[in-house]
Amino acid sequence: MTWLGRESRTRPGGALQAFAFLGALAVLPVVMGRHWQVNLLVFTLMYAGLASAWNLVGGYAGYAALGHGAFFGIGAYAMAIGTTHLGVGTGYRPFLLVLPIAVGTALAVVPIARLLLRTRAATFAVLSITVMFMVQTFAYNIRSLTHGSQGIAVPVPPFPFTTFERPFYYAMAILLALTVAVCWAVRSSQLGLALNAVRDDEDRARGLGVQTELVKLIAFSLSAGLTAAFGAVWAYYISYVFPGFAIDPLLSLGAILMAFLGGRHTLWGPVVGAALIVPAQQYFAYRYGASHLYLIAYAALFLIVIYLLPDGILPSTTQRLNRLRTRSRARTTPDLLPMEALNPRGESE
Amino acid sequence: MDASLELRGIVAGYGQGDILRGLDLDVPAGQITCLIGPNGAGKSTVLRVISGLLEPRAGHVRLAGEDVTGWSPQRMLERGVAHVPQERSLFPSMSVWDNMLMGAYIIDDRAAVVRRATEIADRWPIVARRRNDLAGSLSGGEQKTVEIARAMMLDPPVICFDEPSVGLEPRARKNIFGILAELSSDGRTILLVEQNARSGLAIAHTGAVLDAGIARLVAPASELLESPEVGRLYLGAP
Amino acid sequence: MHLIVQATIGGILIGGVYALLASGQAMIFGVTRTVNFAQAIFAILSAYLSYTLFSDFGVDPFLSVLVLVPTMFAFGSAIYIVFLRRLTRSGAELALLVLYAMAIGIQGTLDYFYKTNTRVISPGYTNHSWTVGGYQISEVRLFAFLLAVVVLGSLHAIRQHTKLGRALRATAQNPTAAQLLGVNVERVSAIAMGLGVATAGAAGAVFGMVVPFNGNSQYDLLSKLLSISVLGGMASMPGTIVAAVILGVVESVVAAKISPDWSAFSFLVVLFAVLTVRPQGLFGRRLRGAL
Ligand SMILES: Nc1ncnc2c1ncn2[C@@H]1O[C@H](COP(=O)(O)OP(=O)(O)O)[C@@H](O)[C@H]1O
Ligand SMILES: [Mg+2]
Repeated sequence: MTWLGRESRTRPGGALQAFAFLGALAVLPVVMGRHWQVNLLVFTLMYAGLASAWNLVGGYAGYAALGHGAFFGIGAYAMAIGTTHLGVGTGYRPFLLVLPIAVGTALAVVPIARLLLRTRAATFAVLSITVMFMVQTFAYNIRSLTHGSQGIAVPVPPFPFTTFERPFYYAMAILLALTVAVCWAVRSSQLGLALNAVRDDEDRARGLGVQTELVKLIAFSLSAGLTAAFGAVWAYYISYVFPGFAIDPLLSLGAILMAFLGGRHTLWGPVVGAALIVPAQQYFAYRYGASHLYLIAYAALFLIVIYLLPDGILPSTTQRLNRLRTRSRARTTPDLLPMEALNPRGESE
Repeated sequence: MDASLELRGIVAGYGQGDILRGLDLDVPAGQITCLIGPNGAGKSTVLRVISGLLEPRAGHVRLAGEDVTGWSPQRMLERGVAHVPQERSLFPSMSVWDNMLMGAYIIDDRAAVVRRATEIADRWPIVARRRNDLAGSLSGGEQKTVEIARAMMLDPPVICFDEPSVGLEPRARKNIFGILAELSSDGRTILLVEQNARSGLAIAHTGAVLDAGIARLVAPASELLESPEVGRLYLGAP
Repeated sequence: MHLIVQATIGGILIGGVYALLASGQAMIFGVTRTVNFAQAIFAILSAYLSYTLFSDFGVDPFLSVLVLVPTMFAFGSAIYIVFLRRLTRSGAELALLVLYAMAIGIQGTLDYFYKTNTRVISPGYTNHSWTVGGYQISEVRLFAFLLAVVVLGSLHAIRQHTKLGRALRATAQNPTAAQLLGVNVERVSAIAMGLGVATAGAAGAVFGMVVPFNGNSQYDLLSKLLSISVLGGMASMPGTIVAAVILGVVESVVAAKISPDWSAFSFLVVLFAVLTVRPQGLFGRRLRGAL
């Protein structure tokens, strides 16, 4: 398809992109080594990962999931409870919990996901967010486990002060690389095709023999598991979880905003979106965090993105590049157009 | 009244591509013009451009010589152009009677609207018979008939019909073609899009073949019916 | 038993207010196919306005409804015209996100002006109640319920017996056909949005007397509202009203018998229990694409 869009296995560009990305991830904290810089990078990678994970459901399958904050919170609480109640210890050992938490969440969400995925469009969006409210209620009210609104303090790891953020940075980097790899694998497999079909016309896809229920479920479960993994690392990094903070509606909305800005249903869009928005977000939080201007700035940013760049940066850029290329090549073959072109946002029947 | 339609150089489409690419078409007053062409040729798009559902990107639509390009459906209705679309267009959870009243939505005089609906009900037995039933409970053929009756609420001199016979069983289909012929004999201008090209051309005066976004061929309907080439390409085996 | 009956009475009365709020939501969804994620914050906004009218100008909250309903109507229509109109029907998800973002922005604005401490509107009669057959009936809740009945009745009359009502129903059932019959679908949608937000205005003004609120309460209210919508079938007004009253009662009984902490949660439990059996909600019809 396009250089930033759907990759094919045979393209050497894919491997090149992967190397460049991993290289950048490895050297970034060395180049930008100050505390506030690495802290910013930790959050940027986290959101890039959250937005990519959301994209599996919200982008590829076209299901507007609004409640991923629930899975993030589950991951965060699992980490907090694991390190305090279970006595996993401190230092690097809590990181060992991340994988089991991800897998556990991915499996645990299956029953509720099956229920949610029986609905579509607006109803799905509504139900997905109610799941988040449900998890939040648990966090507030099962006090023996969560200490209710008091929250849980996670033991602060004994990392050296000068490089305190590094381990968290690399944990986030590994998770992000894993998430992008999962997205890539999904896109270049049958599963990706099936999800595309679901997004375009689910009834027709089912009619053509796509196992729509199964593919949606796999996408959702992967997405939830990856989201929980980020939540787990976050909890250890922040070393404090509290219901309103760990299960935050703004978190899902932020991830969605980044995916939209970069380009929904592209591989790199969410990463690009996060790289652009997280610094702004952190700046707002730093400047206005205590006051409520933060919420206003956030909403304004969201509206600006949706109205000025409804297709996202990457698809708009690729479209423009394609137009440049095809102009010199005289005639367009429809195969060269990005998906968005075939899916006009004009009127529908 | 000279209620002819003229389309000149119409370019229109959805999203990025153009579906109509410089279409010229004349719909003479008081006649049935039948538009045929393969699936996806853009026949419905032509009707949407005429009735104002879709604004053309270039070109002009003229009604009795007046430029009406880009007018809203409401204005077109006020000028006497009705469009009965291909999809089912009754309001399924409203009664047949409320559907009839909706047919004269642009008229504010409630008493006149009710009078007109009563007149229609006298002439269209199905409307009188199913008056209080929900429109969604009618059969496909009944629904199409009520749709046409509803379009008659404003007594429009120009009507565009988009595949009125599609999906109907043979008797209902014959009934629909009978109705169209009758409407035409009142002197109305009719633009008919038909998949059953033979039946459509049989009642039409003029035929036009739409292909690749332009009118490939315009000729008296009888000629099109007899032309072996048109028969082979567009009408299927006789 | 006494406790349960008492809780049921309270639940029905508060259920009326929920029904008011949720019917507006259903009307907006029916006509524009957009879930109004800002409906809860509109109610809170109205509660704050009513609070100001009461505490600074001494206007009784039930009287302030007369001002707040038209104000919120204008506000809702304006939001449709400025923000939602250009997101066509195919962008319904986008519209939902826009409204969600807007809800957060409005919360920020309210927090800025009113700070975040919880408030409650308490005119002199808030603690009055009548005793009927041994059961307490709170005066405020009863009036709130009656207000809901009046507003819902007017809405019903508009929908069923006026030309605008026919246009609203027609647009909800088949927008293209409505347009072809000369309905200005954009205008009707703006009016639907206005009416829907106006119900939030009426509900919010009295809600602020029954429940202490701040900007953040929007999430609690939103989760209830969304549960009611799905249960009631998203676009069905009667379904929504029944679901609202059922959930009002369940919530109230749970609060009395178990703990108020779990009352909002009870909405979600009922919702998911019903959905396992009927994915289209209690009253929804299976709409292609809408469900
Ligand atoms: N609302 C729409 N959005 C996008 N594409 C459309 C829409 N309606 C029709 N099309 C496309 O335009 C082309 C012509 O459609 P149409 O005018 O309905 O053809 P016909 O009526 O001749 O079968 C088709 O390729 C169809 O896919
Ligand atoms: Mg057609």
